[in-house]
Amino acid sequence: MKAFKSFLLALCCLFAAPLFAAEAPEMADAFRADGKIYVVVAVISIVFIGLSIWLFRLDRKISRLEKNQKS
Amino acid sequence: MSTSSTETSAIARHWWKIAGVLLVLYSLIWGMLGEVPRLFVLNETIRNLYYHVTMWFGMMAMMGVSLFYSIRYLSKNKIYDDFKAEQFAFAGILLGLLGITTGSVWARFTWGGWWVNDPKLNGAAISLLIYFAYIILRNSMDEEQKRGRVAAVYNIFAFVLLMVFLMVYPRLNKVDSLHPGNGGNPAFSGYDLNSSMRLVFYPAVIGWIIIGTWISTLGFRMKKLEYQKMMDSFSDNNAGISTPKDIL
Repeated sequence: MKAFKSFLLALCCLFAAPLFAAEAPEMADAFRADGKIYVVVAVISIVFIGLSIWLFRLDRKISRLEKNQKS
Repeated sequence: MSTSSTETSAIARHWWKIAGVLLVLYSLIWGMLGEVPRLFVLNETIRNLYYHVTMWFGMMAMMGVSLFYSIRYLSKNKIYDDFKAEQFAFAGILLGLLGITTGSVWARFTWGGWWVNDPKLNGAAISLLIYFAYIILRNSMDEEQKRGRVAAVYNIFAFVLLMVFLMVYPRLNKVDSLHPGNGGNPAFSGYDLNSSMRLVFYPAVIGWIIIGTWISTLGFRMKKLEYQKMMDSFSDNNAGISTPKDIL
């Protein structure tokens, strides 16, 4: 009887194992594994590079104005 | 200041802007690709630490520089210090507005509401209102000496209140904040900033501070051009009176 009880307990633990596994925080692992995350990173990078180029151009324009004002 | 226009001197003068852009770009890319701790509730949104929290760090740095120029204006009475204080406060407000909107989105998906009754959120909102009042106060005065002095004194109070509302008040034991490091919650060093996250977070903070400084200097240079033009036309119209160079 005692052996049966412990066997039952072990069985329960075995079935419960996936339940514990499912309780791990859900992360976007599939998204990453597909490689699709690189698409998002590429888009973000392009937007930011575009914005910084705009800032550099504005900087140049102001520099030109400063030069004109001095002369 | 910028007498030579050769390519090398341009790089020598602008390298810090490129550094800022590269640091932020690095944080945008590695913020998405890097390893992050697996936590309940937060899940992947922990990455917002690189994009949301950096806004607030940037804002505080901008407000700190603004305070520095306000104090210098009060002691040296140079109008350009007042312009700099104003422009850094503008950049700080821009970063603060981005911080509060991004925070609202993050709160919606982790705390369950666009706005939760959290002392840090309310403190941030109050601080932003205080800085809006700074702009309104500036615009309400025409005489530049008076405006500069009143705005500088107000800016000192605004910065103290910012510190109280963002750093002191949410950390009091009597109030409960959902933010890490507040109201008994574990701080950065506890769970949500492990060593791999630090490698992205700190460069991101430095990068955003540089970009905020860059935007502030652009605003200042525009304002200076406008002011010089105004002064030139003033001296043209009054041939006998020279521009008050001593206040520049």
